[in-house]
Amino acid sequence: MNKVTISSDRCRGCGLCVDVCPKKILTLDGKKLNSQGYHPASVTDAEKCIACAMCALMCPHVVIRVERDV
Amino acid sequence: MKGNEAIAEAAINAGCLYYFGYPITPQTEISEYMAKRMPKVGGLCLQAESEIAAVNMLLGASASGTRAMTSSSSPGISLKSEGISYLVGSDLPAVVVNVQRGGPGLGGIQPSQADYYQATKAYGHGDMHLIVLAPSTVQEMATLTGEAFDLADIYRTPVIILADGAIGQMMEPVDFSTRKPRELPEKTWATCGHRGARKHNIVNSLLMEPEELERSIRDRFERYRKIEENEVMCEKYMTDDADIVVVAFGIAARIAKTAAQIARSRGVKAGVLRPITLWPFPNKEISALADTAKAFLSVELSMGQMVTDVKLACECRRPVDFFGRTGGVIPAPADVAEKLCAMARELSI
Amino acid sequence: MAVVFERPHALADTLMHYCPGCTHGIVHRLVAEAIDELGVEDKTVGIAPVGCAVFAYNYFNCDMIEAAHGRAPAVATGVKRTHPELVVFTYQGDGDLAAIGTAETVHAATRGENITVVFINNCIYGMTGGQMAPTTLPGQVTATTPYGRTPKIQGNPVRVCEMLSTLDGVAYAARVSVDTPANVRNAKKAILKGFKNQLDCKGFSIIEVLSTCPTNWGLSPKDALSWLRENMIPYYPLGTYKDVDAPKEETK
Repeated sequence: MNKVTISSDRCRGCGLCVDVCPKKILTLDGKKLNSQGYHPASVTDAEKCIACAMCALMCPHVVIRVERDV
Repeated sequence: MKGNEAIAEAAINAGCLYYFGYPITPQTEISEYMAKRMPKVGGLCLQAESEIAAVNMLLGASASGTRAMTSSSSPGISLKSEGISYLVGSDLPAVVVNVQRGGPGLGGIQPSQADYYQATKAYGHGDMHLIVLAPSTVQEMATLTGEAFDLADIYRTPVIILADGAIGQMMEPVDFSTRKPRELPEKTWATCGHRGARKHNIVNSLLMEPEELERSIRDRFERYRKIEENEVMCEKYMTDDADIVVVAFGIAARIAKTAAQIARSRGVKAGVLRPITLWPFPNKEISALADTAKAFLSVELSMGQMVTDVKLACECRRPVDFFGRTGGVIPAPADVAEKLCAMARELSI
Repeated sequence: MAVVFERPHALADTLMHYCPGCTHGIVHRLVAEAIDELGVEDKTVGIAPVGCAVFAYNYFNCDMIEAAHGRAPAVATGVKRTHPELVVFTYQGDGDLAAIGTAETVHAATRGENITVVFINNCIYGMTGGQMAPTTLPGQVTATTPYGRTPKIQGNPVRVCEMLSTLDGVAYAARVSVDTPANVRNAKKAILKGFKNQLDCKGFSIIEVLSTCPTNWGLSPKDALSWLRENMIPYYPLGTYKDVDAPKEETK
């Protein structure tokens, strides 16, 4: 299964990854606050991830790491 | 050789192969000389688009661990003051030459010493000092340039050579071999590519944390204290039995020496103390002379700026008077001698 | 598992101070990726500007120098001319490069300094709280153009790539954007080319990157990207304005 790792503590909740994900499987976790006080991005349905890395391309804070199941 | 050219040749001899300049009278010969010589010694003479760009090119060269120099004259030096402050804040060695001309504003192109305050007190914003060397002969233009590069590297600070148009344009014989180079620290801080061998270096003067900025300033002032203790240079001329000691530097010191001779011929025992380092200022030497001399006379090509430092140096234990011409007018030795005799009469020495 | 995307080595593993959604972070990453791909981190020296990217010296793992406002191209010249073997880049904002540093920019370019300039154009002065920049658009409201920029009073925005492309020393001048993944990929190509030109001693390369400033534009990160597309790209068309490699007719 493809894997998206988000260092949620560094995320600034800007939402750019959420908007650009073609599979719409990213969201800003409204229930969680990271140490900076932002709602960090998180993966809702890892199954659907196609490892296109669009999210990581658009992430201004370089908190997303993407791995493809080979 | 001309004073300006002596500076240029001495810089090359000191291993400075990079010069960033901008034309301005009366120091343009430095750039012209560099333009001719540098290609022959595998160096670079680059004329920048402004004095501001030139001093920042110097910053880049120095940051990467290279000896480099820039020069200008009064108005151009004002343009460089931000860059000089950045050099200080980034703890970078550099040599900046100011061949002074009349000011303020566009002023004139005749010699002047009216940048004394600027050089010793106000070359940039923030708590800082600069080593300021004041040559008064073409030979000193050379020796002090070599000295400047060593001092800059040893104390990681910019060094100013404060010359004036007269010495810059004057021709005198020069011997480039006289100066013994000093032992220099290695530049481990330089940003010249970490080659995978060390963490990356950062040359920077921005410190947002007040305590951090204060600590970096205090470290620098610790180095300034050492400079004040070890690097003061001055020349005493007929001061042992002098009743009146003239304090003068650069071109004014040459005039003062002649004036002292004239005054002596008229029964007034005069001598000259010539600061070679304007900062660190020879406070101890002047204070010591205050025990034997009865008065001081500051002779400058300005409206009187060093005079205040002379008063501070002798803690006002002796009267300190001033004689000077400005705007590019050079005082005549006879007039200075006349002033000395008038003082002697007034103070019944 | 094959890694598809991760933080480039040349980008320091530290929290950057940029506001949420500020695309400075993307461009920092692209520069670091270019340095990694060319394997030159150990001989790269970057020059940080004064502006939002003033802390860039903490964000790259190569040697860095902090330049005075607008003077990065001069500092870069000093480094490059004394150490031609080093890879030297400047990272500057629109105020740094096209206002106070215009002379340094134009003359480094016309001298053909063999350096790479990464120029962030976000039409505003970010660090100081949203004042007008030389690239602020007509009608754009900023802290110093509260009634919208009026060219008669505050002058017209500068198109830097077009201006510099007329100079002989310039080997490469391209304007890109980071508002979509596709554009980010293009921006990466342009930045990589800018660095490669330097290795091939082609002369002055500048990559102008249209960038957002959500905080001072008063827009959400997402809306800021749309604002960039609808307002900036029409005034600052993307494309290659000069490329000494390209056959003559291809550039604008």
